[in-house]
Amino acid sequence: MGLMTLDVPEAAAGYSHYGVLARFETAKALYRACEAVRDAGYSKWDALTPFPVHGLEKAMGLKPSKLPFLVLATGLSGAGLGFALQSWVHIKAYPLVISGKPLFTWPAFVPVTFELGVLGAALGAVLGMFAFNKLPTYHHPLFRSENFTRVTDDGLFIAIEAWDPKYDDRDTAEFLSGLGAVEVEHVPIDDPAEDGDGVGAA
Amino acid sequence: MAQSQDNTHEPVAGRAPLIVGGYDFRSLTEAVAVPVERKTPIGWWFFFLPSLAMLGLFGVSIGWLFWEGTGIWGLNNPVNWGFAIVNFVFWVGIGHAGTLISAILFLFRQKWRTSINRAAEAMTIFAVMCALVFPGIHVGRVWVAYWMFPLPNQMDMWPNFRSPLIWDVFAVSIYGTVSLMFWYVGLIPDLATIRDRAKTRIRKIAYGIFALGWRGSHRNWLHYERAYLMLAGLATPLVLSVHSVVSMDFATAQLPGWHTTIFPPYFVAGAIFSGFAMVMTLMLICRVLFRMEDIITMRHLENMAKIMLLTGCMVGYAYGIEMFIAWYSGNPYEQFAFANRALGPYAWAYWIMVSCNVITPQLFWFKKMRNHIGWLFISSILINIGMWFERFVIVTSSLHRDFLPANWDYYQATFWDFASLIGSFGLFFTMFCLFARFLPMVATAEVKTVLPEADPHQGEELVRVVPAGSGVEPSPQAAPAGGGGS
Repeated sequence: MGLMTLDVPEAAAGYSHYGVLARFETAKALYRACEAVRDAGYSKWDALTPFPVHGLEKAMGLKPSKLPFLVLATGLSGAGLGFALQSWVHIKAYPLVISGKPLFTWPAFVPVTFELGVLGAALGAVLGMFAFNKLPTYHHPLFRSENFTRVTDDGLFIAIEAWDPKYDDRDTAEFLSGLGAVEVEHVPIDDPAEDGDGVGAA
Repeated sequence: MAQSQDNTHEPVAGRAPLIVGGYDFRSLTEAVAVPVERKTPIGWWFFFLPSLAMLGLFGVSIGWLFWEGTGIWGLNNPVNWGFAIVNFVFWVGIGHAGTLISAILFLFRQKWRTSINRAAEAMTIFAVMCALVFPGIHVGRVWVAYWMFPLPNQMDMWPNFRSPLIWDVFAVSIYGTVSLMFWYVGLIPDLATIRDRAKTRIRKIAYGIFALGWRGSHRNWLHYERAYLMLAGLATPLVLSVHSVVSMDFATAQLPGWHTTIFPPYFVAGAIFSGFAMVMTLMLICRVLFRMEDIITMRHLENMAKIMLLTGCMVGYAYGIEMFIAWYSGNPYEQFAFANRALGPYAWAYWIMVSCNVITPQLFWFKKMRNHIGWLFISSILINIGMWFERFVIVTSSLHRDFLPANWDYYQATFWDFASLIGSFGLFFTMFCLFARFLPMVATAEVKTVLPEADPHQGEELVRVVPAGSGVEPSPQAAPAGGGGS
């Protein structure tokens, strides 16, 4: 799932750099570059884009998200709890005979069961997505690069992290340049002299 | 209103561009972010202050209601449900178009939705907020509003889960919750855009908190897109269930005029119809005000007009079938209820409803009318009026003459009825003005994906059609939009 890749504070221990950040001009170039990085055997790396580039997970060699399983589980829990609540209310907590109907009138419980199932699934999808993506993560070395602000505008980036076994300060940067990167820089982990959103120039 | 490029015609080869004006990623970001970042334009106050005044009226009318009780409304003995329920059903219905655009059109891969889905989803949330006010206040005793929820209480009583009214509580509140989550998830990448462009520290922090530290990682996009797809898949049956459940508030009653099986689909179609009319009204204003004519293009407006035509015909069909079934049932009460609806004391409301909802959209059969900004605006207003009257007709005309003629009466709305109706529009427009001022109106990250240069395989499909060795170079598929950065 690549979760460990993003675990910066632990992984970063003992490294002076976060890694190399390379910007590509087009989605096509980024896609090709991702295939090359994947084929070169890198594992601790990421593509960073302003919009989801279609099919990039294939070029990166990522496995599909496991989120649907979580959503199924939370959805079924929501529906199950909803049905149990209604049954308990009408059979046990407040057994009131209405129009001579039985206490366990399950067809009447369907709408609320359905709604609570949807609520459970939706909460699972959103909170699960936050958990899988480790959101919120307000602090990240990449934010030190001034160039990186373009990632939410038009910048298509690849970042290879320093703790990747194949990483080398010079070779990895040259490798990315060779793939057609228009800008390549080293991103520091620790803030240099200035405070806050400092510039991490190569 | 000049169009820089007509994209309402499909070319013979390929497809018409979804957005025009030669945008690339950067200029698109600029177009969406600048309205959030620039100084508040005077025109915004022109919309915001009247809305705020109407919201104030809402506050006063609710305060007076709590002080004095429901006697301030025009309710009487047979008509125990008045404007409060009419407004509730109207506002829930308005919300439905937002979910249709954001979820159902997403599942159907209707990529044109990307330009309008953000605003439509926002509209959904604000409409549901307006709707939720009315069940809360309509008994005039807000301090017992908690009776709607299954909460342990000192009376040891529980709600009746066999009643559609409690289904409604769950359906509408969960609909509001899920819509809010869907909208927020969609907003995260765009909030990050505003964060990264922020010039002041306050903006950086304010938008940064809600952007959750989003940095566009594809490992994040992977889960994000999956979550978005599943939310769309969940919101689709949810939205269909919501107005179905609302319709069951009526349909499970024994009252002639309410007790019909056509209600759930008829209500859903009507909801989408009215919701699209509201989206149309808002988009026509916003695209001019924020200079987004090239992002919310004529094609978007035309597509919405087509959906309004379709749902308008469905609503018209439902009106006809209701009349037919009343006659065909042979039930004298049923027959009376419908004859009374069209010819009785509320005939004026019935014919406003029919002319606004059935006749108005028929002009959309003509392309000229679908592309006529002025007519689109007028018809969207007329349809909203008509759809409000539809709920008014269903509620009051069925109630005011029930089984016993001794009970008959006429419901006359009072000042405070109108104050709460106008006030709810105040709440809606105030929220929408704040949204348009402080949040990105268009889902930038999503619109970027429909730009031709977002496709990592741009132009590659053409390679296969060209015979090998013919020496013909594949031409770039999407030259008009300017690949790269022209």
